[in-house]
Amino acid sequence: MESFYKKDDKQLIFKMDEEIDECTAQKIRRKLDNEIERYMPKEIIFDFNNVSFMDSAGIGLIIGRYKLANMLGGKVQVANMTTPVRKIFEMSGIQRIIPERKDCPKIREKKDRPQIIKEVQYE
Amino acid sequence: MNNTYDNEMKIEFLSKSNNEAFARIAVAAFVAQLDPTLEEIADIKTAVSEAVTNSIIHGYEERQGIVKLICKIREKEVFIEISDSGKGIENVEMAKQPLYTTKANLERSGMGFTIMESFMDDVEVESVLGLGTKVTMRRKIKSNSQKEEFAVATIRGEE
Ligand SMILES: Nc1ncnc2c1ncn2[C@@H]1O[C@H](COP(=O)(O)OP(=O)(O)OP(=O)(O)O)[C@@H](O)[C@H]1O
Ligand SMILES: [Mg+2]
Repeated sequence: MESFYKKDDKQLIFKMDEEIDECTAQKIRRKLDNEIERYMPKEIIFDFNNVSFMDSAGIGLIIGRYKLANMLGGKVQVANMTTPVRKIFEMSGIQRIIPERKDCPKIREKKDRPQIIKEVQYE
Repeated sequence: MNNTYDNEMKIEFLSKSNNEAFARIAVAAFVAQLDPTLEEIADIKTAVSEAVTNSIIHGYEERQGIVKLICKIREKEVFIEISDSGKGIENVEMAKQPLYTTKANLERSGMGFTIMESFMDDVEVESVLGLGTKVTMRRKIKSNSQKEEFAVATIRGEE
């Protein structure tokens, strides 16, 4: 998982890795929350472009971040849903609370990459 | 092994969450001999992932145990059995309800059984409190001629 922060638009973008299940969700949950709390973004965007597998753990992961964002006054969106991701999304009905973006904001590699203030070891 | 099936495999693994990926990939590789579509493979992998994850996080919780997975093939049909000797389910009908979860604190969404039921043709759950849970699932893989008919119908917009 890679995260990018677009300062001008207060957008935090999470580029998700290939497989989202209980095992991988557990590993990134804290990291996502730390980034959200650090930047207090207006918009949080999950980019699913690289995701080839997702089960119900993905739904739990997104709803969890949605609750945190809600508390901090930000909103959550999803972008670039692949076929397997879309299928799980539609079945769960979370589209009702989490809107889909037509296009994911373009990332300017250098500028939007968060500077590393301190290396944190997650897990 | 029982010869009413064309092929059969069985694996047992520890209830560790990194085995979730192992289990679904093993099943996908085994099922590949039926020449399934990408979507059929994805559906089966997701259902396996749900059942295996349930055994690990609900069946065994923090303890370590063994998850058993059996996969059989007969003609174009896949039969999958996933079982644990964990704590069991008190009320299976209730557990199957969408959004029902006993672990909301762990960010579970209660969609596991709903996903299994909609991705597979049939799902059966047997469970005894204190003894464990067994989930049996079935899914028919479309034959090549069915796939062609489907493709033609889709092109004609008949779907
Ligand atoms: N193998 C099992 N052993 C014990 N209890 C189980 C088992 N499988 C399911 N359950 C019970 O059934 C409930 C519903 O399961 P289901 O998979 O539908 O939802 P979940 O696992 O809680 O959430 P999700 O799958 O969406 O992450 C669980 O919360 C749990 O109480
Ligand atoms: Mg589950």
